[in-house]
Amino acid sequence: METRRGARMVIDPKVRQVGFVTPGSELGRPAAPEPPGAAAPVPVVANSPSPVIIPLLLIPDTSSLRTTPLPVPSPPSRRVVAAPPADDSMPLGSYNPSDAILGSSQGSSERTGNNDKHGSAPTDSLADMSLSNASTLAIRLEGLNVTNDGISNVLSTSTVRSAVAAAPTSVEHAFQTSSGQGIIGSVPAVSVDMAAAANPQAGIDPRPMPLKDRTSKAERRAIQEAQRAAKAAAKGVGTDIAAIADGNVANEVKSSKPSSQKKGLSEKKPAVFSDKKPVVSSDKKPVVSSDKKSAEKASEKDKRKDIPAPRMQFDDEQRVAKAKRRSLIEQTEAKNRVELFRHLPQFLHGTQLPSLESKFFHEDPLHPHPSVFQVGLQYLTREIVGGNARCIAMLMAFRDMINDYSTPMEKTLVRDLTAKINSHVSFLITCRPISISMGNAIKFLKTRIASLPVTVSEFEAKHSLILEIDRFIQEKIVFADNEIVKHAVTKIRDGDVLLTHGSSCVVEMILVRAFELGKKFQVVVIDSRPRLEGKGLLRRLLGKGLHCTYTHINAASYAMQGVTRVFLGAASVLSNGTVYSRVGTACVAMVAHALGVPVMICCETYKFHERVQLDSICSNELGDPDALVEVHGRKDVYSLRGWADSKHLHVLNLMYDATPADYVSMIITELGMVPPTSVPVILREYRKVPYVM
Amino acid sequence: MKSEEEISRRRGEVSGAVTYEWLTQAEAARFHKDPDNFKPLRASSLVGQQQQRLSDEREGLFSVIDEFNLWRSKPELAEAVAAIKALTAVIQRSEATTMMGLEIDLKKASEALKAWDETSISLSAGCDLFMRYVTRTSALEYEDIVAGKARLIERGEKFGEISLKASPRTNARQTIALLGKDFVQDGSTILTHGCSRVVLALLKLAASNGKHFHVICTEGRPKNSGVEMANQLLSAKIPVSLIIDSAIAYTMEKVDMVLVGADGVVESGGIINMIGTYQAALVAHSMSKPVYVAAESYKFARMYPLDQRDLPLAPCYVHFPGALPESVIAEVSTRDYTPPKYLTLLFTDLGVLTPSAVSDELIQLYL
Repeated sequence: METRRGARMVIDPKVRQVGFVTPGSELGRPAAPEPPGAAAPVPVVANSPSPVIIPLLLIPDTSSLRTTPLPVPSPPSRRVVAAPPADDSMPLGSYNPSDAILGSSQGSSERTGNNDKHGSAPTDSLADMSLSNASTLAIRLEGLNVTNDGISNVLSTSTVRSAVAAAPTSVEHAFQTSSGQGIIGSVPAVSVDMAAAANPQAGIDPRPMPLKDRTSKAERRAIQEAQRAAKAAAKGVGTDIAAIADGNVANEVKSSKPSSQKKGLSEKKPAVFSDKKPVVSSDKKPVVSSDKKSAEKASEKDKRKDIPAPRMQFDDEQRVAKAKRRSLIEQTEAKNRVELFRHLPQFLHGTQLPSLESKFFHEDPLHPHPSVFQVGLQYLTREIVGGNARCIAMLMAFRDMINDYSTPMEKTLVRDLTAKINSHVSFLITCRPISISMGNAIKFLKTRIASLPVTVSEFEAKHSLILEIDRFIQEKIVFADNEIVKHAVTKIRDGDVLLTHGSSCVVEMILVRAFELGKKFQVVVIDSRPRLEGKGLLRRLLGKGLHCTYTHINAASYAMQGVTRVFLGAASVLSNGTVYSRVGTACVAMVAHALGVPVMICCETYKFHERVQLDSICSNELGDPDALVEVHGRKDVYSLRGWADSKHLHVLNLMYDATPADYVSMIITELGMVPPTSVPVILREYRKVPYVM
Repeated sequence: MKSEEEISRRRGEVSGAVTYEWLTQAEAARFHKDPDNFKPLRASSLVGQQQQRLSDEREGLFSVIDEFNLWRSKPELAEAVAAIKALTAVIQRSEATTMMGLEIDLKKASEALKAWDETSISLSAGCDLFMRYVTRTSALEYEDIVAGKARLIERGEKFGEISLKASPRTNARQTIALLGKDFVQDGSTILTHGCSRVVLALLKLAASNGKHFHVICTEGRPKNSGVEMANQLLSAKIPVSLIIDSAIAYTMEKVDMVLVGADGVVESGGIINMIGTYQAALVAHSMSKPVYVAAESYKFARMYPLDQRDLPLAPCYVHFPGALPESVIAEVSTRDYTPPKYLTLLFTDLGVLTPSAVSDELIQLYL
């Protein structure tokens, strides 16, 4: 929503400014430019679903990227304005990775979950945060030669009023504003919002109050917006606003935390964004539509649900530290992290195992259910791999957990169970990042829990949940696979040469079924290091009596010649038709495309996801780099031994890649064969009522 | 004649579809200049079997195929609509006492129709569409048989109206002409391939709106449809020139747009049309000329061909002058599949769609 609004504020439409840019920076730029570190190319993780976070910072800089609390440093002035109590929980780095999938779960449980986290947030991190924020800000201010009155302006709400009134008088300052004013200028915007909300007349108060003579563009915009909001408020929900206002002030205090931002838009969110955005790129959307406030609260709530929570960014040290403190498992971070993939978790593989094993018999109320624990360990040791297998294992574990569950005293099942599932999910994530399909399954489960009627008894609720889980597995996975096989088999003709990559269970079922139907065809299995999953597939196919060829991905272009069909599995299909799958899939699909061989992706619809992804960078999973270094059975390959000691070497073992829709001829789902352009249609038609068929 | 028989035998072996019997009938049809007889002739033996089987199963069941042929003989009625009409007739005559029984009757009839001519895409699309409607109407479960029948019959009539010139508002062809006529620009040159009633309606409407344009028709095997199209256009006073279909690439540089009809629109957004359409689309694509398709929505078929061999074979007799050596195998398909990436837009009665929107519509229609 903001990008749309932001567009008209871009100063020079020809220049698309990305990252840290401030308006007019070339105009009033002082002699001493701020160090690039202070500029901190801040990735806006706040609400964009897939920010491409490529660290722009190649020069190692002392002050900066790593230490500044990145995503959105909130100006300290905000706190002054609202005077938050010290104990007000500021979950600065608070991020439960499970929140990523919590996105669409119901508001109430989310809220409770958060409160827990807030409570546990140590206040010293708050101090850190504000300190570093302040210092950054200070640096920036110095560098940009912005006068102090900018800051002093925002120290009281009364001055905000003055800003409102003074706005028209200071048009001539528009071009004198330096880049720093993005920050300062926008701060009043927040306050103006508050003022406007509290007193609808404030915005249009004609009283001349020439207390302040400098207003930035952002300020003026803020004023405009405030006036608009005030008008709207006066018209429609005037009465409501006053009532809401109190809550808003409190809200606002909270909303200076990055964590609350990821929860999506709250009533006050536009204002929150408005003071943060300019820091990042103040050429765009210095203030975002405070008139939105006048929209009904209910619709806002709906929206909040729709906005997906951003994923944990592991280059954000504050959050990582926070997550670490809460996690049950100790894991050691990898040393030579790949620069481009710093936002993804990179741990030394296997380091979680000892601590996990030692905790297995712990008597801890927070301890995961044994079934979940077991599944987590199996994920960790890669005993369970493959999208469907992992999803089924997880659901079965949750089934056990629900079976053994009893609601604690003075708690409601809906909330407590959701919280419990959240904690279990975050446990599973520490074992191995969950896949998109698992995320969808968890979402489904939570929706089901949330939609349980209040009157239902615990036994009935548990029973119905267990039935739902069984039904999900049956309908969405088992039955869907059968349907996919039925569809796909029609595309296999006698004399075909089929090619597949890695080991996909659906593709295996298709090949076996076609063989059982008496079709005469050959199979080419393409495999890739380090997991060599194709070998398992090959063995099973040979056991059935199929004619197979086995080769590695290095020979893909050769092996593709003479192939008539390519069947591939997928971890997920995203709504722009991008296929997110085992690494190597994109390579195979592209080679096939180049040679004019149709590429068919077999994927159940429960793996479809609304997200859009353009590359394999912003969301991925990193495997164990050591797996690439060692070659099994080859003692003579040792040149990379001890690679971790070399600072100049980063070993990248990607798990997934994204295949653009252009290379995909068809996606075979249980609903039929559809072109990749139809993925959003399926998502739209079938997720209206989630998972009801 | 002898050698042709020989060839036909060979073809039959290759494709498994062309029989000697069919070929002689086709030959006869060719001489009688009655192209409409192709399909019934081809499958006459099948019809016999079907009728036999049906009458065995149920005494006194009228032949849905006869009904279908009756409707099909009407000049303005599309095949898909004829199928729907025939199925409506089945409902009318059905003696089933429950809705379930009616549904079974309908299913049998539609299977029979589809089996009668497996190659026709619009026929199977029409059957599927109607069956989909029948099974989807949830109200059927609660209504009694009389009311349910009435509803279905009413629906069938509505479908019929879409194709027949019953009223200009519901007529699909007219809607498409209205939507598509603005794409015809004054002074442009339009290349068309095959003889399509929708394209004809569109061009006529554009001409009657005062647009001046020039149409290039392609004349070629196997159906000589170019001449027919040219005649029809001339009768509407539209300037026409005729080329042989191998001259498409040669002519393309002076063409502004390509406009074709379709036998069927498939799920990928591509079309199945008279052979040569793919070629025309390829040439147009490589010369950056837009390719427009005019097709009614009842031609949308739930198929997804990946390549030409994925199509059900619709063989046709092609006369090669002179005696062919025995070892020569003649290619006999009458239609080809044009992938969506070579199409610019589709004019349908649902609106002007991009190829990718077809799948959208299909998913909503069928699921």
